[in-house]
Amino acid sequence: MWDYTEKVMDHYRHPRNVGSIEDADAVGIAGSLVCGDQLKIYLKIENDIVTDAKFQTFGCGSAVASSSILTEMIIGKTVDEVRKITNKDIADELGGLPPEKMHCSVMGYEALEDALKNYKAEGYVDLDEIKANDEENKIICTCFQVTKKTIIDAIKTNGLKTVDEVTNYTKAGGACGRCKGDIQKVIDEYYNGKAEKEDIKDLTPTQRILKINNIIETQISPELVKDGGDIELVDIKDNDIYVKLRGQCSGCKNSTMTLKLFVESTLKNALGSDINVVEVN
Amino acid sequence: MADKIIYLDNNATTKVDEKVLEEMLPYFKEEYANPSSMYDFSKNSSRAIREARGKIKDLLNAANEKEIIFTSCGSESANTAIRGVLNYDKSKKHIITTKIEHPCVLNVYKMLEKQGYKVDYIGVNANGELNLDELSHAITDETALVSVMWANNETGVLNPIEEISQIIKSKNKETKFFVDAVQVAGKIPIDVQKAGIDMLGVSGHKFHAPKGIGALYINSKTMITPLIIGGHQERGKRAGTENTPYIVGIGKAAELAIDNLEYEMTEVKRLRDKLEKNILQNIYNARLNTGLANRVPNTTNIGFEYIEGELILLHLSDLGICASSGSACTSGSLEPSHVLRAMNVPFTSIHGSIRWSLSRFTTEDEIDYVIGELPKIIDEITSISPYQNELKALKEMRMVK
Repeated sequence: MWDYTEKVMDHYRHPRNVGSIEDADAVGIAGSLVCGDQLKIYLKIENDIVTDAKFQTFGCGSAVASSSILTEMIIGKTVDEVRKITNKDIADELGGLPPEKMHCSVMGYEALEDALKNYKAEGYVDLDEIKANDEENKIICTCFQVTKKTIIDAIKTNGLKTVDEVTNYTKAGGACGRCKGDIQKVIDEYYNGKAEKEDIKDLTPTQRILKINNIIETQISPELVKDGGDIELVDIKDNDIYVKLRGQCSGCKNSTMTLKLFVESTLKNALGSDINVVEVN
Repeated sequence: MADKIIYLDNNATTKVDEKVLEEMLPYFKEEYANPSSMYDFSKNSSRAIREARGKIKDLLNAANEKEIIFTSCGSESANTAIRGVLNYDKSKKHIITTKIEHPCVLNVYKMLEKQGYKVDYIGVNANGELNLDELSHAITDETALVSVMWANNETGVLNPIEEISQIIKSKNKETKFFVDAVQVAGKIPIDVQKAGIDMLGVSGHKFHAPKGIGALYINSKTMITPLIIGGHQERGKRAGTENTPYIVGIGKAAELAIDNLEYEMTEVKRLRDKLEKNILQNIYNARLNTGLANRVPNTTNIGFEYIEGELILLHLSDLGICASSGSACTSGSLEPSHVLRAMNVPFTSIHGSIRWSLSRFTTEDEIDYVIGELPKIIDEITSISPYQNELKALKEMRMVK
């Protein structure tokens, strides 16, 4: 049995805003019947504000919960605000999802993105942008029809490092597995090329906290748990990242070394920028 | 959690019968002696094991109780049989099995392939029935082992074991035949002699014994190299001090399985058929995945088109109803069940397939409750599906029929 949060259970038991909108201003679709989940989202937009949103979902409990909460998150927001919502925001709003179910939140994000892409396209087609998007729209995983862009977005938002993580978040590579090499290439390309240029200062403070926290949760904490300890993010000030060590780690003679060597190098690697890790009690 | 549990997942595991537990308890308390010991105190435990072995012999209709060894589970029985035979005679490197075997068997073959064995995986038709022609053609002089499950755990579809045995022996008398009988013990009569089986594995917790005990039949003509090496227990075929209380448990469970076989094949079947018939009649997007295939009496696998299985299970679970699904989402593997895929179950229903498996403890009231509640759940989930047009067309089509 999955360890779903109360909020996830509440939303699949009582999904909000189910249905369709006849005269919707934007409609977005993600997933397919073959893959085992599909989400359709309908938006009513007036004066640049989302006044209504409805959804229909074919999928598991977390897919329905992600769709349901997404509609709640966007009603009343401006289109620009809605564009900033990521899969992580959806998962966080639900109080978290099991790692194997993160792709459900990604599906919500994709459907939303698809809807807004259609919305923008009304009466305006930017040929240069279409051309630039060709490489991004390349299908990496043919089984689940996952594009390079989807994979890069998931890597960027969630600080993913391994092919398995990409599979958990986007499903890519989850069926025949033939594209695993290509996924590794996308990961390598992202961290070798773009990551070096990307400065975490470019992110909004919230995005930055989320990103750092995600790296700690997915890449650092599991390693420390193996040795009976754990780590918790306390605060971030400029380039200083304050963390608290729990259990076996705190007071351990090696903890300073653990911090300096492992935590810092992992964060530096993932963020591609200079940071200092400070332990607080 | 719901107050009352309606347990329709008996192919996953079963409730321990009170009578089984009662029989086991003295061997935890007073009768703790090592059955191999030389004093009088050990006589009761060694006699209990002998009796239990006799009961398993009766359940399988083996010629001699020496052909029965106790293991820790169905997986160990399968591993001991398969690897035992291949390790004993390493001259032949060809194995035949099916695409729908349980992972505890399939993963052994995946490993053996890496060690240089050639493995043929025989397919099934849309009802889940094995392609016997394909099987027959695959057997060569090089075939060391054929391994076929008696009934599939997801669909309950029975394989014609006796016929398969005749095919094998007519093609190659040397080829050994292993049958994974985990899903048939206590559900249909088993006769290893009549069926011409060399090795057969069962698991206690699938027929109301506790988890952690299994048995393996190896006929007297079949030699194996043991998997677990150590003491002389189980005639040198499985080392380790005998798990007396659990062996007593599986023995009692086998005795009860024989006593209740008639009930399983009539009353449990009647309840299964009632559940199945009502679901198919009352729910327009329900589809029986096995068609008219011959099945064990307790199992039915039904797909609900254009909706997803995990969500159905979660809603059922809120009412205390336990079933299982071959959907990708429940397993976390992203891939739907390898069994349903081998059957080419359409994508419209593969993700929404639910397995219902009853036992002799299932009551008519429980089945009536499920029959009453399920349409509401399916209706609710169907109403949020994005495939409303397809569902409408399906509904109209079924109405015409």
